[in-house]
Amino acid sequence: MRRLCYVQCMRRLWGPAQVKNLHTSVCQLQRKKVMEADKPWALISEVGEQGYIEDVTDIMTQHFQIISHRDFLQNPQLHAPKIQAMFVWNACPAAKPSLLTSLPALKVVANGGVGIDHLDVPYITSLGVKVTNTPGVVSDATADIAMGLLLASARKIVEGHQIAVDPKTTHIPQCLMGVEVTGSTLGIIGMGDIGHKIAQRSKGFDMKILYHNRKRRSVEDEQAVGASYCESMDDLLRRSDFVMLAVNLTPETTGLISHRELALMKPTATLVNVSRGLVVDQDALVKALQSGTIRAAALDVTHPEPLPRDHPLLGLPNVLITPHVGTNTYTTTRRMVQRMVDNAVAAVKGQCIPNEVKTK
Amino acid sequence: MEKDKPWALLSEEGVKQAFLEKLADIMEPHFQIITSREFLQNPLLHGPKIQAMFVWSCCPAAEHLLLNLLPSLKVVANGGAGIDHLDVPFITSRGVKVTNTPGVVSDATADIAMGLLLASARRIVEGHQIAVDAKTTYLAQNLMGVDVTGSTLGIIGMGQIGYKIAKRSRGFDMKILYHNRNRRSIEDEQAVEATFCESLGDLLRRADFVMLAVNLTPNTTGLIGHRELSLMKPTATLVNISRGLLVDQDALVKALQSGMIRAAALDVTHPEPLPRDHPLLGLPNVLITPHVGMNTCATVRGIVQKMVENALAAVNGLPIPNEVKFE
Repeated sequence: MRRLCYVQCMRRLWGPAQVKNLHTSVCQLQRKKVMEADKPWALISEVGEQGYIEDVTDIMTQHFQIISHRDFLQNPQLHAPKIQAMFVWNACPAAKPSLLTSLPALKVVANGGVGIDHLDVPYITSLGVKVTNTPGVVSDATADIAMGLLLASARKIVEGHQIAVDPKTTHIPQCLMGVEVTGSTLGIIGMGDIGHKIAQRSKGFDMKILYHNRKRRSVEDEQAVGASYCESMDDLLRRSDFVMLAVNLTPETTGLISHRELALMKPTATLVNVSRGLVVDQDALVKALQSGTIRAAALDVTHPEPLPRDHPLLGLPNVLITPHVGTNTYTTTRRMVQRMVDNAVAAVKGQCIPNEVKTK
Repeated sequence: MEKDKPWALLSEEGVKQAFLEKLADIMEPHFQIITSREFLQNPLLHGPKIQAMFVWSCCPAAEHLLLNLLPSLKVVANGGAGIDHLDVPFITSRGVKVTNTPGVVSDATADIAMGLLLASARRIVEGHQIAVDAKTTYLAQNLMGVDVTGSTLGIIGMGQIGYKIAKRSRGFDMKILYHNRNRRSIEDEQAVEATFCESLGDLLRRADFVMLAVNLTPNTTGLIGHRELSLMKPTATLVNISRGLLVDQDALVKALQSGMIRAAALDVTHPEPLPRDHPLLGLPNVLITPHVGMNTCATVRGIVQKMVENALAAVNGLPIPNEVKFE
């Protein structure tokens, strides 16, 4: 009734066409408000700083009303009952029991990224809450960074740039020598989606590819990238010029590379890590780099991130570290957020979930 | 036996390099080496003995005055493929052969090209600086790069090096366009799935990464100027592993400052190194390496081996593997 009066008033002021448009807009706005109210609530870490870039929030708000952890903590009793999904990005918010048990309507913990070592999957699923991740969408960008780190370390690109722009540089240095990538041997530890894509990329450089994996891959997969299976990881370590870590972090792979493994590597070899910092015993790595047990290391991941400012790794000349940028392109980030949201929507609606992580 | 070995002139820089890389074992069995400094102490005494000149990083400069002092010179043997610093017509007019070392440099140079492309695209240098900075307390999420996988690479110059770059970028599922004086064979194109662009402008408009892999000649000097940069996408990256003079550096500075292109990655500039107050040094979206394209021990050894082979052949009047002829 009120709407009709409103429209009649407007008709007196404006012409019929504008009124029709106005009427349509009002209906749309009212529908939107109703739809907003229907959208489930999702708890997120934050936008900006260590959280999401601004550009991806629209993907989340298409299906969810989002509340940041900081805002949630202003009035948890008010907000908690509404929350059906929790989006985890860079391990935040931390999926602690105290938080999870305070969210009675929680249906899903949806992770952005493929690694879920920071989530206690058995515990979360025991609460009747699904866990999801985003495999596949991260693989190309991560494989690209792996190759970028390998090449930058091998050919001393960071040092080179620093010399090239240094105010004190007066002539081209003759002794900035790197190691050959073409024709060298790459040993990939962990031949999942990412490991296989790294193999594909290194084939173009005529690298000999060895790999070690829990399970051997099919003959077709091996032949597609010219990779040879090493049943013994020690064998791979002894033969490789570049050792590439592309494993999940699990209890079995924690500290996978320690003193013994580094000692097996060639003194001319380079360690590249795009997995998780904890796969490597960092103290052992520092010693190996200082003593020349291995030539160099290139790490997109450390433990913790970032390292404490007095950590010895930061001072070593033969270490290249990037701040966990493996998936840092706009396209990849958007795809990850989209997948994370799709997983959460499916879980909230009780539909088939694309990437559910199950307890084994 | 010692005095049977022909004499060869080598610059101080070349000697330093040879010493650093323990290359004496390649040269000394075949040549008596004399450095530029020693030679210049008594050019009239030493000059007539010298039959070969090894040129490394453009030194010694094979100019009129020097060549006049070397009446027995048979060959100027360059280390590296590029010979834009040598006046080939002038040198050969004096009956002196010129040689270079193509092929042996190609893999290392193609590797550096890919390294620069990836480092620029994914902001590896900036990332490292943040990761090790004393003031870094948390990892901000806004260090965003651009995708390499599936992007379009435009290669200008599809010789040996350009072709090897194409081969490497196939592994990243990049779409490859190329522009060259001559079109390559269908087999060559299909092997790396490269599409010929007759028009340079067309390549520039479509590419996410523009890769310069051409020789420096009078025709290619300033090949990339204001017009070419303005045709490129604002999200595109220019990578140069050829010669600094291919690019109009002033135009490049303006293009980078104004956002006409996203970034540049340069293993070569003009001059090398750039003057310390050059604007390129201060731009955040420029990656520069100090001409390290050939800088691996294995490649340097390969270059010196080739240089020595070429020089020996010339001195002994035998067919020369890599003679550069005046076109």
